[in-house]
Amino acid sequence: MGYDLHFNVIWRNWDKLWGGLLLSLELAVLSIGIGIVIGLTLAVAHVSGNRWVRGAIATYVEAIRNVPLILLVYLVFYGLPQAVDIRYGATTSFVATLSIYAGAYLVEVFRSGLEAIPQGQLDAGRAIGLTPWQRFAHVRLPAMTRITLPALSNTFISLFKDTSVASVIAVPELTWGAQWINLNTFRIVEAYLIATAMYLVTGYVLLFLLRRLERRFRIARHA
Amino acid sequence: MTEPLLAIRDLSKSFGTVQVLKSIDLSVNRGEVVSVIGPSGSGKTTLLRCVNFLESYDGGSITIDGVEVGYDEGRKPRGERALARMRAETGMVFQSFNLFPHLTAAGNVMLGLIKVRGKSKAEAHEIALHWLDRVGLSHRADALPAELSGGQQQRVGIARAVAMEPKILLLDEITSALDPELVGEVLEVVRGLAAEGMTMLMVTHEIAFARDASSRIVFMDAGTVAAEGPPAEFLATADDHPRLSAFLARFRASHF
Ligand SMILES: Nc1ncnc2c1ncn2[C@@H]1O[C@H](COP(=O)(O)OP(=O)(O)OP(=O)(O)O)[C@@H](O)[C@H]1O
Ligand SMILES: [Mg+2]
Repeated sequence: MGYDLHFNVIWRNWDKLWGGLLLSLELAVLSIGIGIVIGLTLAVAHVSGNRWVRGAIATYVEAIRNVPLILLVYLVFYGLPQAVDIRYGATTSFVATLSIYAGAYLVEVFRSGLEAIPQGQLDAGRAIGLTPWQRFAHVRLPAMTRITLPALSNTFISLFKDTSVASVIAVPELTWGAQWINLNTFRIVEAYLIATAMYLVTGYVLLFLLRRLERRFRIARHA
Repeated sequence: MTEPLLAIRDLSKSFGTVQVLKSIDLSVNRGEVVSVIGPSGSGKTTLLRCVNFLESYDGGSITIDGVEVGYDEGRKPRGERALARMRAETGMVFQSFNLFPHLTAAGNVMLGLIKVRGKSKAEAHEIALHWLDRVGLSHRADALPAELSGGQQQRVGIARAVAMEPKILLLDEITSALDPELVGEVLEVVRGLAAEGMTMLMVTHEIAFARDASSRIVFMDAGTVAAEGPPAEFLATADDHPRLSAFLARFRASHF
């Protein structure tokens, strides 16, 4: 008795999984990209802003961090178009949701990175006559990047896993591909085993590449 | 006319309700080396930081080459861009080096040359190598600050400041974070700059060095200039000044 594993059906539908994996990566890259813009902008606003700005940013961060991602996905995809006159596809909707979600986590990452820079280095930048923008670009940002890169890598890898939530609104990413195979061939174990393996391998490869990148950043560089 | 290069007149500065500088008058002529000594908390660092407006001041004036440092003609605080231009004219060397950790020794010297002085990368690199050579570090040009000893880092700090060709160099206890055996190499660089006519205002705890290298010594106490004069005279008459002689006595007791 028991369940015989038949992987043939998986290979026949391989494009669903492979295409799904590529879309998952694409979703993660887009979301971390937009999330970095949101996070960095708000972190700078937080560091240099007044009480009200800081309050507004803290509210956003807390709100997003305390709501499960899957609910945010439903709210943006089903709820928002009901409330306001706006239309978008499932993929766009998911990228927007995951970006806002990533942004909330990255504000904290960037904020602590910006605050970790010793005042003396900023003073040194002022003393040689750098303007505020130059100090930001050439003193704060590089120092912050070195401090935050590991946290940024970790965020990217967990975003990559979080893209599986997109399956609930039928975005054809990896988990959705596995579901499709399950529904159409009833090979549930094979489909999810292979999908799991694909998440694992991709996650390890990403981690390896990002750690190498971090090391690169620590190596000597001219102005 | 021999207007002093740096003229500080009736300068006052408070942090909150605490007044840390009280009607300071001090001038530094071109080519002069003026050393500032005094007990901890007497306002030496604050004074130096006011000169390049890393700290704002409340009353009085600071002029370099006749131009008020932090305020325009209507005594409105200068904008950040104008301040940046003013600051490029004064070099500063810090007690804790404050090198940019992501840049090499050469990169640290080059940053201001490229971004502030508008030099090309190649020009800036050449100037950086020249100054690193002057402080005895041309062989370490590609090292990151973390790979350098304290004395080497501080010499890069000096090269970074002087490469900008400032009108005046401000030095704040630049050897007090160093192990004793590294102090000499840094003071040697400063001595060389003094010999070449670099104008300097330096806070120091190295009384012997102040005596040998400076044109004048200033004793600050509780936010005021309590005594000043050429080194020999200054030290000879120290006994007439109870606070100064107490400071020197305490100083000698703890340092020798
Ligand atoms: N940013 C600041 N905010 C509030 N008070 C300050 C600040 N910086 C300095 N002070 C105070 O101003 C006074 C003068 O400090 P300053 O650092 O100028 O002294 P100093 O003579 O350089 O002392 P030291 O020899 O210890 O370096 C001290 O009482 C100090 O606590
Ligand atoms: Mg001090």
